[in-house]
Amino acid sequence: MRTNLKWAAAAIACSVVFTGCSSNNNNSGNANAAQTAAPSADASAPAESVNWTPIIDAYRQYSIGQADTLITETDKFVTAVKSGDMDTAKKLYAPTRMYYERIEPIAEALGDLDPDIDARENDVDAADWRGFHRIEQGLWVNNTTADVTDFADRLLDDTKKLRALMETVDIEPSLLVTGAVGLLNEVSSSKVTGEEERYSHTDLYDFAANVEGAQKIYELLKDDLNKKDADLESKIGTSFDNLNKALDTYKNGDGYVSYTDLKEEDTKKLSQLIDALAEPLSQMGVILGAE
Amino acid sequence: MSEHQDDQKQTQMKEHLLNKPLSRRDLLRMAGIGGAGLLLGAAGVSGVLEAAGAIKAPENKPNHAGNGGIVDFYGEHQAGITTPSQNFIMFAAFDLVTVSLDDVRVLFQAWTAAAAAVSRGETVQAESGNENLPPADTGEAAGLSPSRTTITFGVGASFFDSRFGLAARRPAALVDMPAFGGDELRPEWCGGDIGVQVCSDDMQVAFHAVRNLARIGRGKVVLRWTQEGFQRTGAADPAGSTPRNLLGFKDGTGNPDVTDNRLMNEVVWAQPEDGTDWMAGGSYMAVRRIRMRIEVWDRSTLADQEQTFGRHRSSGAPLGSANEFDPIDLNAKDDTGKALIPVRSHVALAHGDGSVRILRRSYSYSSGMDNKTGQLDAGLLFICFNRDSRKQFIPLQQKLGQNDALNEYIVHNGSALFACFPGVRQGGYIGETLF
Repeated sequence: MRTNLKWAAAAIACSVVFTGCSSNNNNSGNANAAQTAAPSADASAPAESVNWTPIIDAYRQYSIGQADTLITETDKFVTAVKSGDMDTAKKLYAPTRMYYERIEPIAEALGDLDPDIDARENDVDAADWRGFHRIEQGLWVNNTTADVTDFADRLLDDTKKLRALMETVDIEPSLLVTGAVGLLNEVSSSKVTGEEERYSHTDLYDFAANVEGAQKIYELLKDDLNKKDADLESKIGTSFDNLNKALDTYKNGDGYVSYTDLKEEDTKKLSQLIDALAEPLSQMGVILGAE
Repeated sequence: MSEHQDDQKQTQMKEHLLNKPLSRRDLLRMAGIGGAGLLLGAAGVSGVLEAAGAIKAPENKPNHAGNGGIVDFYGEHQAGITTPSQNFIMFAAFDLVTVSLDDVRVLFQAWTAAAAAVSRGETVQAESGNENLPPADTGEAAGLSPSRTTITFGVGASFFDSRFGLAARRPAALVDMPAFGGDELRPEWCGGDIGVQVCSDDMQVAFHAVRNLARIGRGKVVLRWTQEGFQRTGAADPAGSTPRNLLGFKDGTGNPDVTDNRLMNEVVWAQPEDGTDWMAGGSYMAVRRIRMRIEVWDRSTLADQEQTFGRHRSSGAPLGSANEFDPIDLNAKDDTGKALIPVRSHVALAHGDGSVRILRRSYSYSSGMDNKTGQLDAGLLFICFNRDSRKQFIPLQQKLGQNDALNEYIVHNGSALFACFPGVRQGGYIGETLF
């Protein structure tokens, strides 16, 4: 994950802009890109900087909470797999994954944990393939739990590792801003096409969880965003509402219908609603603007 | 010298004029107009010459004045209608997903600004310089010339349904297309609340325009269908002769002269007295995706092909004549008393008695292969502009759909009709007269 690096670069760019502004008379002939790229309106606007500390703390708490539940739910799932209880294992698979899917941006920032937990077949070398989707294949394709008990144990270990690392990881503001869009990009590239859960067809669970994770970030940033660009903030809010309303129509009990129940026009509609949301969401970086 | 050659010579003169820095003496000599003190920028030259009647603009033939040209987005009429055809098209039909008329107005305002900027070869919006934001413009046209890009906007009949309260404003001429013979319409190439014709001398520039319009409209509009198309490029045909379609025949020989304002008012531009005030100066755009049965055509004899069109393939001349622009004489008979131009040939039906005219602005398309049959999915993205499709395009197509010998080789699988707004003045926006 390059997010930390990106943020560092952005921070440097911002500080360069700052310097440029405070001494702009001396530099007026300088063609430095970082300086000239900053629109003068922004540069002269009163600095109203976002206080990131409480926001990041809140996001960390949220992520840790999700990770905690991920462990307890994965434990139940693993128990079912190891005891050969196919029905329960299949029933728990999709809802368990949702705790992971909500916090994927932060998990992705933690080295190899994302592939260990969430790689699909052919994403990694066959010898290294493990995690949820390895077990999914065992349950739905091979129709047995016997082959995957080993993977079940390792999955539980990996989720615990994830939880432990979460205490210490540096969460940069840019991780939040890009992470929310990243979650929706996940949806539009693999969930809405039914590629993520190719054996179980439980893609809509992941879909919903990714959207919830993105919405959580938006809610944390909402007040600051509103101060900076109220129009953008309300556009994002409306787009979340539209998407959630559409998603609700595919609810089935506590969960969601199978991906195979979707018609082509359903997929198209959901995909377009994701695009409609992700476009304004990608503008959330305005709150990281040169201040 | 034939009229056609004359046109060609004038086209070449104009090219010469636009390609080369002109001395004032050159200008006066070539244009044959006297008087001193002509202070003209390069862009003003052709306009003034045309106004003076010294040089006739080519009749809907590509203007090979290089690819750097700017076609002004603003004007009395929308650009892209009587503008000489560019090399490429990307057509896009959109559906509105918002139900707020205010949203639509704001969208049209944003599209106007973007379209005007793209026409000038600029980015759709200035960049913020904020590294934490996606760039405002998608960037693939950066550094490319304006490429004579035009963006032409229209609205379909569905724009006037119950959503926006505009039902009473629907032009009577914006009818639902009747069923035509030879139609095998597929919903994925039909209709749309909004139709946008983007033409450019560069495909990347055209794509950039559609992509950015879609991006600007995200959440308010979704793409319904798109089709790309091409004509031979200016580089391939510097003389700017009539383009050939993928059946190998010249297409558009009979187009009306777009420099004849009186004729354009008659054939193309909706008039105030036509009953829809907000459409005065606009035009109706019929779009048809016509798949050609390429493989079947390629198995038919030259005689069959020429009888089908009613023209000679090589010269484009009407059967029995020598030159492309020779008049079409439907009464001409051969020695045995048989009509030289078969009555069911494409030309005979399309020409008729010559009273019904449209302005064709078609492009060829090639969309890969039909995976079911392994045959080419290629044909014509037929586009025409007319003042009232009920009196022009529709009766013409009804006649063709029933009788045209060409129907054996083509199938219409896409169809749409759009009311294209009048032109936009500086500071205004597309659709302003309607809102």
